[in-house]
Amino acid sequence: MTHEVPTYIGFEEYSEHVPASIPSAVQQATDRFVSGRAARVAELPQWEELRQIGSDIRVHTIENMDVYLIQLEEKVKAAGGTVHWAETAEDANQIVLQIAKEHNVKTAVKSKSMATEEIGLNHFLEEAGIEAIETDLGEYIIQLAGTGPSHIIVPAVHLKKEEIAALFSEKLNINAPADPIELARIAREVLREKFLNAEMGISGGNFLIAETGTLVMVTNEGNGRMCTTMPDLHVAVVGIDKVLPNWESLTVFLKLLARSATGQKLSTYTQFITGPRRAEGEFGPKEFHLVLLDNGRSNILRDPVGRDVLKCIRCGACANVCPVYKNVGGFAYGSFISGPIGAILSPQILGTQAARELPYASTLCGACADVCPVKIPIPTILRHLRRRVAQGDAFALSTIPVPIRAAANLASLVLARNWIYRLGARLLPIINPFFRKNDWLSGMPYPLNRWTNVRPLPQFGAGFRKWWKVRSAKGTESTR
Amino acid sequence: MPKAQLFITCLGDQFYTSTLQNMTRILKSLGVELDFPPDQTCCGQPLFNNGFEDKTRAVALNFMHAFSKSDAPIIGPSGSCVSMIKHHYLSLFPEGTQGHTLAVDISSRIFEFTEYLVNVLNVTDVGAVYPHKVTYHATCHYLREMGLKTEAKALLNSVKGLEFISLKEEETCCGFGGSFTITFPEVSRAMMENKVNDILASGADTVVMCEPGCLMNVAGGLHKAGSTIRAMHIIDLLASSEESV
Repeated sequence: MTHEVPTYIGFEEYSEHVPASIPSAVQQATDRFVSGRAARVAELPQWEELRQIGSDIRVHTIENMDVYLIQLEEKVKAAGGTVHWAETAEDANQIVLQIAKEHNVKTAVKSKSMATEEIGLNHFLEEAGIEAIETDLGEYIIQLAGTGPSHIIVPAVHLKKEEIAALFSEKLNINAPADPIELARIAREVLREKFLNAEMGISGGNFLIAETGTLVMVTNEGNGRMCTTMPDLHVAVVGIDKVLPNWESLTVFLKLLARSATGQKLSTYTQFITGPRRAEGEFGPKEFHLVLLDNGRSNILRDPVGRDVLKCIRCGACANVCPVYKNVGGFAYGSFISGPIGAILSPQILGTQAARELPYASTLCGACADVCPVKIPIPTILRHLRRRVAQGDAFALSTIPVPIRAAANLASLVLARNWIYRLGARLLPIINPFFRKNDWLSGMPYPLNRWTNVRPLPQFGAGFRKWWKVRSAKGTESTR
Repeated sequence: MPKAQLFITCLGDQFYTSTLQNMTRILKSLGVELDFPPDQTCCGQPLFNNGFEDKTRAVALNFMHAFSKSDAPIIGPSGSCVSMIKHHYLSLFPEGTQGHTLAVDISSRIFEFTEYLVNVLNVTDVGAVYPHKVTYHATCHYLREMGLKTEAKALLNSVKGLEFISLKEEETCCGFGGSFTITFPEVSRAMMENKVNDILASGADTVVMCEPGCLMNVAGGLHKAGSTIRAMHIIDLLASSEESV
């Protein structure tokens, strides 16, 4: 009954078989987000200041998470809501199922939620005989396709409109055209029926405001509002890291989030939900349940370097600028969350055995850290997790394969003893004639074949040291 | 007369002899008295970036000892290697250790080549002549870790006859990433090809950058694509003169 937790994420293996359509589909969408973001950021002269304030608030909040979570629980209860604490993904799924069973729920409508993707809630409910329908267009598409999301905010970014039309045609038994407006209309028609008949609405949440117990949802399609107002029962599953102290701090994140995510000033809908409806005539469900998901976050909090990942507000800007992500797409990251943030979160949630490759799936170019609205030092955390993989630390034993460790030992030995290094540098040119073609080296043996299969290598030719010696002997340079 | 020590980097040492010779000539022509500590090997970044902090320490110590025989500034032709020493050596050694004391000193007097020219010597015109269409790839650690956004362009701007053309994605990584090329060759290939296509579309006949590693990647990629565009270290362009063009 548990959802499928990946036992090993083979990033390299996947990267060798990326479907040809993915990079172009992903680049088309992310380029649009990148230019939109840049335009919105340029309008705000205080952007860098906002980022710093956002970062400071998130640091303060995660360092005082216990205080704010307890306050949040009190306020949600005071507003008439129910709070559930879920230590694991399994716990969260069981809690939602229990609530559904108590209310004889047959169909649940869902708004887009990374937390429910994280715990695999849909699959879990389906197995228990409850239909859970995604109502965000992108989520609806990937649910039909039977996959997870390949991007934090645009989950079906890897699919082109022709592929979506084919999917609709097959799954809905219709003849769907490759026209985005028409495809959206078809989905609306199907989903309208579901909204009217569902007994439960399930959502995630972008923020939780401790001072009033308010759930904040930032959406664009309006489906989130329908999920949280039409059924009499609303269950929100939200990570404990989403808590914010107060409304004043929220204003900073509302400025940062939509601009960073989609290049909007504000999303179309910003919802504030404080408990269930209190009187007849008010909108909203009769019952409001908040499931607070830990699933490893408390453990991450113990790590002074790694815990900065919990500052994340799930905008996806890091993925949009990541040249690795843009060439492999989200599925390479093998988990619910992809891109640079996935590369630092998944190894901390799933462990550095299953997600050993992810911290290495980066050139450490740093583009992600430049755009992160809350200044998560992603390259620093990547290096930190690489250390965990390579050497082990207080959180996990080393999981590096033996040959790589041996290579590192050898490299350290050579590079720390300059006479061995210098001898090696003098000997390397000997191999040039064996692989030389047009002044470049190609067709070299493993592991250098992994370089030369892609592009040739310059010839080895350490000549500077000798040149310097001769020059110095002639007295044209100071030798001191 | 300013004094400086040459840090040639391990990739420069193996693959770019003439660039290192040009670095020597340019600095000398600007009146810098140079020294070359022969005990230098590598800065240790390949080990550090792969998570082997413990194995990096011995390499870092070798580097620091090599350059501690003089207190002259250290100049290297790589933003990435210089950044490793400038920004990461301190984290390798706990406070109070000899390594930490050395790292405080070394990190305070190491400069990337263009940084040294523009920000220390206040020189942007080295008298170079290069009548070509030139584009520029902003290498990642040079740009983001070292924060060198204007230095290379200021130098190019002073080159006689040079016509500068911007890349569409000047600041996008070329897919080098050190051992990344070996660990994820297909991702590296895709990134390199994007960069090469951007260069091909620019209309330039020369592309320059301030990083031996990225240069190996981009130059190899251009060669593989059958292009005649010259990929060069900015040092080699700056060494071009009336006679050489």
